[in-house]
Amino acid sequence: MSAATPNAVRGIRGVAAYLPHWRLQRSAVTAVLGSNAGKGTRTVAAYDEDAVTMAVEAGRRALRVAGEASVDALWFASTTGPYAEKTAAPIVHAALRLDGAVPAADAGPGLRGAAAALRSALRSTDPGVLVCAGDVRTGPAGSTEEKGGGDAGAAVLVADATSGPLAAEYLGGASATQEFLDRWRAPGELRTHAWEERFGQQRYDDLAGRAWDAALKDAGVDVEQVSRVAVSSPHARAGAALAKKLGAAGVDVADRLDQSVGFTGAAHPLVLLAGLVEQASPGQVVALVALADGADVFLFRVADSAAEAVAARPTVDEQVASGDDSLTYAKYLNWRGVLPVQPPNRPEPARMSASAAERRLDWKYGFVGSRDRSSGALHLPPARVSFVGGAVDDMDPAPMADVPATVATFTVDSLAYSPSPPIVFAVCDFDGGGRLPVELTDVTADQVSIGMAVEMTFRRLNTADGIANYFWKARPAASARVAAPTEGGA
Amino acid sequence: MASHGIKDRVAIIGMGCTPFREHWDKGLDDLAVEGTHAGLDSAGIGIDDVDAWWLGTAQSGMSGVTLSAPLKLQGKPVTRVENYCATGSEALRQACYAVASGAYDVAAAVGVEKVKDSGYQGLNAFPIPNDGTNRTLTAAAMFSLVAPAYAEKYGVDPAELRRVLARIASKNHANGAKNPRAQFRREMDVDAICAMPAVAGMLSVFDCAGVADGAASAIVVRAEDAHHYTDKPLYVKALSFVAGNASGLLDPDYDYTHFDECQWAAEDAYAQAGITDPRRQLAMAEVHDCFTPTELVLMEDLGFSARGEAWKDAEAGVFDLHGELPVNTDGGLKSFGHPVGASGLRMLFECWLQLRGEAPEDRRIDTADRGLALTHNLGGYPGEMVSFVGIWGNRPG
Repeated sequence: MSAATPNAVRGIRGVAAYLPHWRLQRSAVTAVLGSNAGKGTRTVAAYDEDAVTMAVEAGRRALRVAGEASVDALWFASTTGPYAEKTAAPIVHAALRLDGAVPAADAGPGLRGAAAALRSALRSTDPGVLVCAGDVRTGPAGSTEEKGGGDAGAAVLVADATSGPLAAEYLGGASATQEFLDRWRAPGELRTHAWEERFGQQRYDDLAGRAWDAALKDAGVDVEQVSRVAVSSPHARAGAALAKKLGAAGVDVADRLDQSVGFTGAAHPLVLLAGLVEQASPGQVVALVALADGADVFLFRVADSAAEAVAARPTVDEQVASGDDSLTYAKYLNWRGVLPVQPPNRPEPARMSASAAERRLDWKYGFVGSRDRSSGALHLPPARVSFVGGAVDDMDPAPMADVPATVATFTVDSLAYSPSPPIVFAVCDFDGGGRLPVELTDVTADQVSIGMAVEMTFRRLNTADGIANYFWKARPAASARVAAPTEGGA
Repeated sequence: MASHGIKDRVAIIGMGCTPFREHWDKGLDDLAVEGTHAGLDSAGIGIDDVDAWWLGTAQSGMSGVTLSAPLKLQGKPVTRVENYCATGSEALRQACYAVASGAYDVAAAVGVEKVKDSGYQGLNAFPIPNDGTNRTLTAAAMFSLVAPAYAEKYGVDPAELRRVLARIASKNHANGAKNPRAQFRREMDVDAICAMPAVAGMLSVFDCAGVADGAASAIVVRAEDAHHYTDKPLYVKALSFVAGNASGLLDPDYDYTHFDECQWAAEDAYAQAGITDPRRQLAMAEVHDCFTPTELVLMEDLGFSARGEAWKDAEAGVFDLHGELPVNTDGGLKSFGHPVGASGLRMLFECWLQLRGEAPEDRRIDTADRGLALTHNLGGYPGEMVSFVGIWGNRPG
């Protein structure tokens, strides 16, 4: 971890979005509430997902693209993190198995956090800075945030060009800030309040204009050179107005994903950034405008070589086109805690032990088992004594989060406690050895079969005593989804 | 190093067993007093005649004081043991070894469980602080994994297997209906059981053991002393126990169609008792039918059926009350109920009644030619369990 070369070319080493599997059709809201909830779908975090888990999933994808790139600092941005007091970033840090010397901090609770962290990362002297964001946008039934919001995670690894190929080089950018009140939510409150729309639109229009002009100047780029711009805005009309204005200036405007995903809060600028980079042609200049209590504009030139601009998979487009839109509005409301339903009459889980969790840090957060050096037998969780041959303390760590697995047998438990019964549970056998009986997620009971390909995903199992308890589950691999009958386009 | 056993060295001279019920009107102390004194009365001895005590309770109390306080024992050793759902058998096993060692003349094993004060259905283990990664599946769901695996391995149509499992439940209900101490005394036919909604895999609540409060006890003495107390003692032929190492959870080779711990415990027990053909030498068996698929594969693990054949034998009535080898003649866990710490002793209580010819006439089996009975008690889940097997006989040799 040497300091970055002064004035080194910096940019995006890897960027990825994570869109959750479930979609809510806005017509399903209309059908229940009567008032028109609009067209299209929004993405929905499952009951076992939150800002942290989605940020982790996006971070895994971004790091996969980035290869062996070093991460020297981690930022986590969200307006819906699990804690008010405890820093959530170390959870992401643990799940991504980052080095202990890497600082991990939250970029504050506001909507501007991810854009601010991105700006900071681009100007940092740390060779590699990972910014992970996640948000679960919701509100009372029928609220703007419920209808127009979406849930997602996104992550970008900002790095020096000297440390490896960049997917997109940072050309320059600018910000504009002025205090004004547009929308607000008190800590712990479900509802987001908003001032009269036209006031916020006027303020954003002014801020965006100033930042845009300054950014072009900073980057030394004329507007004609900008191939495409993405506009992220919590204020839908302000975003649309800005897009229209930039479009009139001849810039191609990227889909804000309103009809398919919704506005995903602090994660949204990075979700759009992932799409920009994935969709751009080699050498194109692209711009990201992030409105949120101010304006931040970033200009990038996408790598000339397609080999360098490796897209994270699945891409934003691929994720938008997949997903399951059969989710009922009742289940959506239940998952968000707006419509509590009677759970099975079983004890709720006890809170996790902090010290036990710390001892098992690599297992619980990183999904690292152990492999016996003499027999090769894999142990999930890690063990000191091998079940084959009995060798003692002769194992190597075995990171298993990215290893594919297959369902050996499964069951459906309607009796056990779950935030969303029934529990679908499978005995999963990993490619190359290793077995774990583990809960499945993002799946309905009728979609599971013996032999189904599954992959591991980081989830929030439950919450007890205010403690968010995270661990891994298995979910159908993308390949196993191809034949799924309920697969719906978004 | 070997397992030698204590064949014919100790004997059971008295047993007691309370009804297994939702005893809303009885606490642990009431059940302990009633279960213990029934055993003492059966042996014709007083409480001070017992030199040492073993208490089996899985989660109703801790330490020997859980027994010594309600019984008001005076200066006697009491050991509380716990070994999952095999807790009652473990208490009995320790009492037998204590007498066999010569340390005590008279030992008592008492199993007691008060489960119905939790406010929840089913069994609920008290939570041990952990890292939050443990699965939260019910036992029913864990054992439900056996059914599809068995159907797949042996090419049994799942619908047919469903009926076989229902037949096992129906048999145990029919036996339990004849048992005044049993929790459930209603006969259930196969069609009615098959029609129940599934709650865990293909299992319905009628595939699950009843959960009840209850207590049972046994008084153990040296075999040569047994006839001082009774003309019809039961001799200990074998006691075996295996605690698995949970590798079934780690090992992709484990296929959920058998329980190694049970097979190993059975092989050890048969060696101790000199049994070579259990299906023909045993008069009866009481096995741990916590869920219907469990009883199915136990018939194979215990050597009563060949691998892949138990479903046919169950269908053919081999294990019925008057079949070739009656299994769970008292209704089993399914119908008698499952107060965890008491169940292992309850199994022996049925052998005690049957091998002494004292079972009620409507469920009495023929023991004229066969004087041996088996009890099998397990705890845990497929891939990570403990298993006990005991062999008992109504005559030495």
